[in-house]
This record gives sequence, C-alpha cells and structure tokens, in this order.
Amino acid sequence: MDLVTPAVGQLFWGGLVFIILLILLTKFAWKPILSAVNEREESIQESMDMAIKTKAEMEALQAQNQDLLKEARIDRDKMIKEASETSKRMIEESREEGKAQQQKIVAEAQKIINAEKAAAISELKTQVASLSLEIAEKVIKGELASDDKQKALAEQIANDISLN
Amino acid sequence: MKNYVKALLLGLVVITVGFAYANASSSDAGTVAVDKEPFNAAGHAVHHAMDAHEFHFTDGFVIPLPVILWTDNGLVTFMSSAFHHTDDGSHVHTADGMNFVKVHETIYQLDAGATEAHMHNGHLENGSKVWMDFSLTKNVTTIFLIAILLVFIFFRSAKKYKTNKDKAPSGISAWVEPVILFVREIAQDNIEGDKHKKFVPFLLTVFFFILFGNLLGLLPFLANPNVTGSISITLLLALFTFIVQLANSKKAFWMHIIAPPGVPWPLYVIIVPVEIAGIFIKPASLMIRLFANITAGHIIVVALISIIFVNESLAWAGLSVPFTLFISILEILVAFLQAYIFTMLSALYFGMAVEEAHH
Repeated sequence: MDLVTPAVGQLFWGGLVFIILLILLTKFAWKPILSAVNEREESIQESMDMAIKTKAEMEALQAQNQDLLKEARIDRDKMIKEASETSKRMIEESREEGKAQQQKIVAEAQKIINAEKAAAISELKTQVASLSLEIAEKVIKGELASDDKQKALAEQIANDISLN
Repeated sequence: MKNYVKALLLGLVVITVGFAYANASSSDAGTVAVDKEPFNAAGHAVHHAMDAHEFHFTDGFVIPLPVILWTDNGLVTFMSSAFHHTDDGSHVHTADGMNFVKVHETIYQLDAGATEAHMHNGHLENGSKVWMDFSLTKNVTTIFLIAILLVFIFFRSAKKYKTNKDKAPSGISAWVEPVILFVREIAQDNIEGDKHKKFVPFLLTVFFFILFGNLLGLLPFLANPNVTGSISITLLLALFTFIVQLANSKKAFWMHIIAPPGVPWPLYVIIVPVEIAGIFIKPASLMIRLFANITAGHIIVVALISIIFVNESLAWAGLSVPFTLFISILEILVAFLQAYIFTMLSALYFGMAVEEAHH
C-alpha cells in the first residue's frame, strides 16, 4: 500500500523543483535554443527559396536567350532567302531583258538585212538589166555585123519557132 | 561476436546445471538443518522500488540523508543515520522531546510516553505516521540531481547556440538538438497551428525530466532511485499536465463535453457523465501508466535477482543474470518510450483543449 500512497515530501520538493526547472529552462535554455533553431530553419528556407527563384530566373533568362537566338536565326534565314530570291529574280529579269533586247536586235538586223537585201536585189536587177542590154546590144551588133550572120540568126530563130 | 554470445550463454547454462546438482546432493545429505526464515522476494522488490531515507549502495556503504519533519512542536531535523540504519523500529531517535522510529522507510512518531516501538506483524502499534515528512529522501535528492543535470546540459547547449551562431550544431547541442526537435514535432503533430509554440517548453521539460528520471533509475550500483516510478512524482507530473490543459482550454473543448456534437440528446445522459469523468481519467491514466511501467521494471529486476536467493544457490546466477541483463536493456527502451508517451499524450490533451470548433 505504501507503494501507491503519495508522499507529501516528494510532492512538495518535486513540485518546487519542477516549477523552478520549468521557469529556468524555459528562460535560459528552451527559448534561446528554439529561437536559434527557428532562425536557422528560416535562413535555410530563405536560402532555398532564393536558390529556386534564382534558378527560375536563370531558366527564364536562358529561355529568353533561346528565343532571341531563334528569332535571329529566323531573321537570318529570311534575309538569306529574300536575298537569294531577289538575286534570282534579278538574274531572271536581266536574262529576260537580254533576250528581249537580243530578239529586238536580231529582228532589227533582220529587217535591215531584208531591206539591204531587197535594195541589193533591185540594184542587182537594175545592173543585170543594163548589163543585159549592153550585152544584147553588143551581141546584136556582132551578130548583125555580116549578112551571113544575119541570115543564120534568122534561120536559127526560124528553127526555134518551127520546133515550137 | 555471435559465437561469443553463444559460448557465454552455454557456459552459464552448464555452470547453472552443475551447481544446481551439487546443491541438491548436498541438501540431500541433510547438512543444512538450520530453520531459516524464507527469503521474502516480494518484500525486497517492493522495498527496493520505494523511496528511502538513505542511499543504500551496499551494506556498509550507505549515504545518510537529512530528515526534515514538521511535527506538532514545529520543525525537527536530523540525519537519517540517527536511526542506525534500522528499518524495523528497533532504534528510537529522540529529538525535541519526541521519539521517532523508522519502519519500512516511513518515519513514525511514538505516542507520548512510549520509549520503545511495539511491533505486531510488521506494523507499529504505539505510534502514528509523520505525514509532513519533508525529508530529502533518495527520490528528492535524485530530483535535485536531475534538475542539476538538466540545467547543466541545456544551459551549456543554449550557450553553444549563442557562441556558434550560424554554424551547424556541434558538441553537446548536436546531441540535444535532435531530441528537442523530436519533442517540438510531437507538439506540432498534436496541437493545431501556431498554438503548439506555447506548450513546447513545458513538454520539453516534462520529457527530459521523465527521461532522466527513468535513466537514472536504471544506472546499476547507484541505489537505483525510482523517481519516475514513484506515485507522488507521476501524480505531480500528471497534475501539471492537467492544470496546463485546463488553464488553456477553449470554449469548444467544454462544448464537446457538455453538448457533444452529432449526438442525439437522449444519449447525453450517458455521454456527458462519461466525458466529465474523462477529464480526470486522462491525467490519472498518465499518472498510473508511468508509475506502473517504471515500477514494474524495478520490481522485475529485483525479482529476477531474487531467484538466486530464493533457491539459495549462486548457480542460479547463470539464469538470473542474463535475464536481468535482458530486462535492463528492455528498460532502457521503456525509459525512452514512457517519456515519449507521457509527452505525446500531454500534447494530445493540450491539442484537444485549444482546438477551435470546426464541425
């Protein structure tokens, strides 16, 4: 029975010591320790938050860089494409122009040639006609120089006619 | 390592059996004819688990402690050695004209005129117990020791936090910090929101007080003071928890008791008395749980050692010593476990008291 009978002395001293201990430890141990631990936890949390934020910022920056790079690349490609198109077009245009010019030149040349030709032909014709006249004059003069020859001619002509 | 343990156990068993046979044959011869009083194992165990007025390390090495009594004639003080280390009332100490005897670690004042204790069946017939016994008993001294240890350890670690600011905990604070955080976590788990902060210092003090009390009782060769297995101390701790709980109780806590939500009103006749009884049963269970667990540990160790004396053969040490070792190690676990349970349940009760209504 003694084992489960509370003792006044233990209650008194135990209570006194416990209350003093509670006050002393709370003031000089638990509060400083807990606040130090809390501060440390907060600073760790802050550092971690900062790290996460920095990482996110870095990522955003990188993404931005990537975008810029991409844009630049697109711009470059576009410029190259445009340039090549322009040059192609210019080549094409100049080629067309050249062709047209050439054709025009050729056509003009043709015209001139034709005109020249026509002129030459008519000249030739005139020359040939006058030459023929001269030749015919000379031939006739020669043919008709003697009576024999006149006769023979007459005969020949007559033969030709009869052959017809 | 395993082989060593096996060899040791086997050796102990062989020695036990051998000695037991030798003992039995010598008894058969009838050499032991003295009619001795049988060894009272239960008496020893209970006596060991109780508070005492002296530190009894071994026969011949006893530290007497101051006895402080509040009697009808005022304060009386003397050292416990005044009783000449008797515990059966056989030595009467006279102080301030009053006669005192010590029986079963309780101090009695003999009736006026009586100069000798009259014992009957181990009970004193001509004296009355001195209730107002403020002696610095074994338990009280141990409580002082716990307080000194706690102050020393935690003041030092608190200082370490100041000097080692912005550094990882080292030395003593590296040892205490995980436990402090563990107790804080108990509070966080059981008490909602930021309200737990208020209770952490109390819970920490309770936890370490119980833990150190439990562990000091387990140290061998140091008279095994049974502080946390003393009903007075567990009553005190439970009472503090009870007071702190009620002092911080909110309206919702009382509404739960007076008008439990979600219960049809005819059932109030049963529920409300049960709930009201529950207010007191909770701290009472705290008191009994700690007391019973720690006292049981102390008693079982003495009981196991008593096997040797009951059988009157040293050979039984082969059985009782390994058992005692096993129980002692188990008790180290119990020391931590009971400190945790007391703290956790206290935190739970505080959590219930401060909870806001959310139904």
